[in-house]
Amino acid sequence: MAAEGSNSIDALGQFQLETSLGFIGRSVNFTQANLMMVVAGVGVMALLWLGMKPRAMVPGRLQAAAEMGYETIMSMCVDTIGHEGKKFFPLVFTLFFFILFGNLLGVFPYFFTFTSHVMVTLALSLFVFILVTTVAIREHGLHFFSYFVPAGIPKALAPLMVMIEVISYLSRIISLSVRLFANMMAGHVMLEVFGSFIVMLGGLGLLGLFPAGLSLGVNTILIGFELLVATLQAYVFAILTCIYLHDAVHLH
Amino acid sequence: MDVASAKMLGAGIAMIALAGVGIGMGTIFGSLVTSVARNPGSRDSVFGLAILGFALTEAVALYALVIAFIILFV
Repeated sequence: MAAEGSNSIDALGQFQLETSLGFIGRSVNFTQANLMMVVAGVGVMALLWLGMKPRAMVPGRLQAAAEMGYETIMSMCVDTIGHEGKKFFPLVFTLFFFILFGNLLGVFPYFFTFTSHVMVTLALSLFVFILVTTVAIREHGLHFFSYFVPAGIPKALAPLMVMIEVISYLSRIISLSVRLFANMMAGHVMLEVFGSFIVMLGGLGLLGLFPAGLSLGVNTILIGFELLVATLQAYVFAILTCIYLHDAVHLH
Repeated sequence: MDVASAKMLGAGIAMIALAGVGIGMGTIFGSLVTSVARNPGSRDSVFGLAILGFALTEAVALYALVIAFIILFV
C-alpha cells in the first residue's frame, strides 16, 4: 500500500504470502493462499450440494446455476474431445470450477487471489500436461511420437519441423500457466495502481478531488472487467485442457 | 547510463509487443463483424471462437507486461 504523500506505488505488495489461522497456521506454514483454496473447494461443493438439494422440476436460481455449469462443461467436453469426452468430464469440471472460484473470490475485498501466484498455476498446468501425455501414450503407445512429425512435409525439413513441434508441445506448460497468472496479476496490479491514485490525489486537497473521483470511476469499471476476465480465463483454461485432450485421444 | 534508468527504458521497450497485440485484436473483431454480417445465423458459434481468440491474444499482451514487471521490480 502506498503511504499518503509518498511517490512510489507498491503494486506487488498485495501478493505477499502470510500465514493464516494464527498459531496453527504458523507451525505448518498454512498461508492465506491455502486458506482461499480450501474456501474455493468448499464453495464449489456448497454450490452443487445446496443447488441440487431441492431437485425441483422448475429450478430455482442456485439450482439453475449448478445445472447450467454442468451442461456448459458437458457440452464443451463432448464438442471438443468427441464422445470420449464424457470420460474426462469430471476432471474438466473440477478444474473449471476451482479456477473460477479462485479468480472470482479475488475480486472481493480482504480476499486473496491464489491464482495470481505462478506456483499455483504452474502446478495446475503441469498436472494437465502430464495427464495429457499419459493419456496419449496409453491410447497410442509409441505411435504417439508420430504426433511430432506433421504429415506431408519434405524429408529435408523433417528434423527442423520435429524440433519446432517438440518445443511447441513443451511450451504448453508455460503458456497455460503464465496466461492465467498474468491475467490475474495484471488485473489486481491495475486495481492497486488506481486505488493508490485515489489516495494520493485525495491528499492534494480541493484540486485533486476531480481526478480522484475519475480514478474511482475507472476502478469501478475495472472491477466489472475483472469479473469478465476471471470467468473468461477459467473458461480458456478448461477449453485448452479439452483441446489438448482431443489431440491426445485423436492425434492431430 | 545508470542501471535504474536502463531498467525504465527496458520496461518501456518491452511494451512494443503491444503493437502486435493491437493488430491481432483488430483482426479478430474485424473478422467477427465480417462473418456475422455475412451470416447472422452463425453468430452464436462464431462469438465463442472470437472470445477464445481474444483471450489468447490478450495473454500475449500480458506476457509483455510480466516481462516489464520483471525488469522493473525483480
